[in-house]
Amino acid sequence: MATEILRQSKLPDPFRTGLASGWKVVDASKLTQDRTIEADVAIVGTGAGGGTAAEILADAGLSVVMIEEGPLATSSDFQMREAEAYPQLYQESAARKSKDKSINILQGRCVGGSTTVNWTSSFRTPLSTLDYWAREYGLVGFSAADLAPWFERAERRVNVISWPVVPNENNDALRRGAQALGINVGAIRRNVKGCWNIGYCGMGCPTNAKQSMLVTTIPAALARGATLLTRTRGWQLEHGSGRVTALTCIALDERGTGPTPRRIRVQAKTFVSAGGAIGTPALLLRSKLPDPNAVIGKRTFLHPTVVSAALMPERVDGFSGAPQTIYSDHFLESAAPDGPIAYKLEAPPIHPILAATTLPGYGRTHAGWMHELPYMQVVIALMRDGFHRESPGGSVELRDDGTPVLDYPLSGYLWDGARRALATMAEIQFAAGAKTVMPVRPGARSYASWTEARDAIASFAPGPEAATFVSAHVMGGSPLGPDPRRAAVDTNGRYHQLENLYVFDGSIFPTSIGANPQLSIYAITAKLATGLAQALDRR
Amino acid sequence: MTRRTLLKAGLAGGAALLFARWLYTPTSGPSPGVESGPALEPDARAIIAAIIPVILDGALPAGTEAALARGEALAAAEQAIAGLPPATRKELDQLFSLLALAPTRCLVAGVWSPWPQATQESVTSFLARWRDSRFALLRSAYEALHQIVLGAWYGNPRSWPAIGYAGPPSLEIG
Repeated sequence: MATEILRQSKLPDPFRTGLASGWKVVDASKLTQDRTIEADVAIVGTGAGGGTAAEILADAGLSVVMIEEGPLATSSDFQMREAEAYPQLYQESAARKSKDKSINILQGRCVGGSTTVNWTSSFRTPLSTLDYWAREYGLVGFSAADLAPWFERAERRVNVISWPVVPNENNDALRRGAQALGINVGAIRRNVKGCWNIGYCGMGCPTNAKQSMLVTTIPAALARGATLLTRTRGWQLEHGSGRVTALTCIALDERGTGPTPRRIRVQAKTFVSAGGAIGTPALLLRSKLPDPNAVIGKRTFLHPTVVSAALMPERVDGFSGAPQTIYSDHFLESAAPDGPIAYKLEAPPIHPILAATTLPGYGRTHAGWMHELPYMQVVIALMRDGFHRESPGGSVELRDDGTPVLDYPLSGYLWDGARRALATMAEIQFAAGAKTVMPVRPGARSYASWTEARDAIASFAPGPEAATFVSAHVMGGSPLGPDPRRAAVDTNGRYHQLENLYVFDGSIFPTSIGANPQLSIYAITAKLATGLAQALDRR
Repeated sequence: MTRRTLLKAGLAGGAALLFARWLYTPTSGPSPGVESGPALEPDARAIIAAIIPVILDGALPAGTEAALARGEALAAAEQAIAGLPPATRKELDQLFSLLALAPTRCLVAGVWSPWPQATQESVTSFLARWRDSRFALLRSAYEALHQIVLGAWYGNPRSWPAIGYAGPPSLEIG
């Protein structure tokens, strides 16, 4: 079997080489007794924020412990199989849901976090977003000019490049259809080095071409002597007299889903929460931190995304080739923040499980679509949430067992956006030559012409029948800003109410980004973590 | 809509509301450290086994391979559920209890025979009713079954020839 071939392949796995050289990595599922660990800095989470911070703080000579809920899986483990990758590398087996179950949320849960499984799309924070933060939230120090050196640094660190290869047909159809209609498109830059263009980024990069945290900052921090705890859930911060004193962690079982009785107590001088925009608010809420203005977990954003599937006359093979290389900001750039919701257009990879679970219906209707998988072309529209009073996002809550769930009600404002985006995507797909287009919604109907699709979409009643929403970007919930009445952390990323707690991840964004968030997290974390390293050095 | 279907819809709706509360009210707040569950109860397995041939109608291979494929889909579904977090597994347990219990199976799902004897037609109309239900709870339960069964089958290389997917490329070098 192909799996066996790959397991014996001679592709290098630098992480395993590093482990053999003595990097300090502890798999907590194997613990037989409780542990106590001391460090200068404890970082909860190893994704875009935690990974970036770990390298910078370790480079500053600080002892660092990284705490990761997921497993350590490296290139030799990445078999390009959805059935293995989703349970292993994603939160809730890639089936994490919003509270009412209406939105499926893709989020990484492994060493490297979502950077290990993302589709490598690299965008700087849009100017319109930075301007909005300055204007509406009083952010100082986060203008495009302020951040430019940090973006340059992050782009160097994760090798963001203009992708030199021709887009795959799934992306090229988006380009072709959009251009035929006079809709602007652009090429997506990617954080890859020596990419083989095989298209399995979402299952972990088997060739180490993707410059995720797993192959860049985390190895660098480990080489500097940092410690990495895996299958370890940062559970509760102990605090008193305005400081965090310790972090209690729960060792998870081998699957990484359920707790074991083993505990790890981490004592550090400084704590960084970088568990992402669901994990960080959950940690802060569980710890019952002072939160006088009840901002924690509120205003959590998703880029709620709607999907349009088309059948093309020629093969598309959307499972092959770099998954995201073309985008359009046409409906973002022209939009005023206080107007109807804006959206970004992209294309997703089309692998069997992802397609089968996203496409509606069952039985022969569903099988008929799956039968055409190689001819399927898919466009997605990511809504820029959080910019309008009718788009307040969702709230992170704790279940009875202390695990988080995001309550994200879908509003009329979003249904309106869904309808406009579904129409846009259908028009583009027909312009690119589609034979039929199916706006993805429970009803599973497809349309054979643009006018038929347009009229049908216009008649969709706002509500769950109109569209199926998904998400791959979670942001907000612990917002950054100078005003403690509206923000959880100050403009240094320090928790307003506590002296030695910082938040460095996507949860600090006051709104959604309006673009795939990884590069925004890298750059802003680099700025904040460098500030923290300097502050600790002065003490 | 005939009087009879109206009556049935009303009954199902009432029962659903009654059970909605039960379904969404966790019974206790376990402290971390106690949850690690086995695979599925026999009742739950019978439910998924009954749903598989309907959701995967037209997708499963015919002939001698058919039984094997159904068995593999069931095993993969069971494995997928075992990999979910305890809180989600508990919700699914409650869903399967609701579907397994004869009165609620009849009233809420509209399936009048025990699952192993349920006809394809009755399972099909159960899925359609829940998919199109005005109750978000039933719609979300349908979506969960949809996702579990389709994910279980299309992760299986046996499903790939029919959908023109050759599987991941070989990366052998040297």
